[in-house]
Amino acid sequence: MESGKMNQLKNFTKGFIRENPVFALFLGLCPTLGVSTSAINGMGMGLATTFVLVMSNIVISLVKGFIPANVRIPSFIVIIASFVTIVQLLMQAYLPSLFDALGLFIPLIVVNCIVLGRAEAFASKNNLYSSVIDGFGMGLGFTFALMLLGAIRELLGSGAIFGYRFIQGDGILIFILSPGAFLALGYLIMLSRKVNK
Amino acid sequence: MEYVLLIISAVFVNNIVLSKFLGICPFIGVSGKVETSLGMAGAVAFVLTIATLVTYIIQSYILEPLGITYMQTITFILVIAALVQLVEIILKKASPALYQALGIFLPLITTNCAVLGVAILAVQNDYNLIKSIVFAIANSIGFGLALIIFAGLREQFELADIPAPMKGVPIAFIVAGLLAMAFMGFAGIA
Repeated sequence: MESGKMNQLKNFTKGFIRENPVFALFLGLCPTLGVSTSAINGMGMGLATTFVLVMSNIVISLVKGFIPANVRIPSFIVIIASFVTIVQLLMQAYLPSLFDALGLFIPLIVVNCIVLGRAEAFASKNNLYSSVIDGFGMGLGFTFALMLLGAIRELLGSGAIFGYRFIQGDGILIFILSPGAFLALGYLIMLSRKVNK
Repeated sequence: MEYVLLIISAVFVNNIVLSKFLGICPFIGVSGKVETSLGMAGAVAFVLTIATLVTYIIQSYILEPLGITYMQTITFILVIAALVQLVEIILKKASPALYQALGIFLPLITTNCAVLGVAILAVQNDYNLIKSIVFAIANSIGFGLALIIFAGLREQFELADIPAPMKGVPIAFIVAGLLAMAFMGFAGIA
């Protein structure tokens, strides 16, 4: 029992550093670069992806016995796309400003390799309980990565984090623009490798 | 003139990879060699253009008349998945050599966000049929251009002496950042 709990804890925390989808597995890079212009955008995108990840992990681990092996990928995609549509409609109704800021990247959660990757590698082989934990762990690890990158870019680019100013004056504009996304992520991956070693 | 502007804007100014951040996974994943990236660029261009055409038709003749545009995400991804499968079957019969060359890249195109992204963008921007196709072709060229330039750069710095934690993906991102900076120079054209 005790070791079972330890395993679940490990299952949950693996997504943060050791198997972080962005820093270690290099999955879901398009939204990571695209929406990390500020910490709040990164967090919103991360949480939306977490919701889709957890819900699709739940459904897939429940129906895994009924889906024939050779049509499993299309079936997973339909399940994921349904939850993405739900997120899209909910966000449009209740968080219109975040919806506008994230734009194209919300429907693109469908093709986020993290979601399909966890469905294929984990939820289709494990029970409901561990699939939920796995979904939460991976989703929050993704959120953590996006928020961190967003905060760094926001701080360097405009001197603020979550909209609160720390540094007066103009920031280094390049970090808000597209090259800054590549540069900041490159250095972050390097740091996370150093830390993991 | 309108089309020329659209093409220049999609290829250089708003490059799909370097400024819109679509298709980053293959951009980082299969840019090790110029040869493989050429194959990937060709396969993506093929699927992207056909997918944009088909999704445009579905959007304006099925989803909009029926008032079910909220089904867009689900329909589009299914169309793309089916198209990729179809292209795979046709290529296998018609041109086994090309099929062999593209190999594992073909099924991966389903989850390339550039394909779904361009299909959705063409609809969001209210392009007509011809404009959608031009937009799709221009974005395919932009994707191929970025991928091939980047592969060429990576082949070069494979030989350079890079600090251990920087090797591989981190240095690739930094180089991509510098390439994106170079492409920012095109912003003056528009």
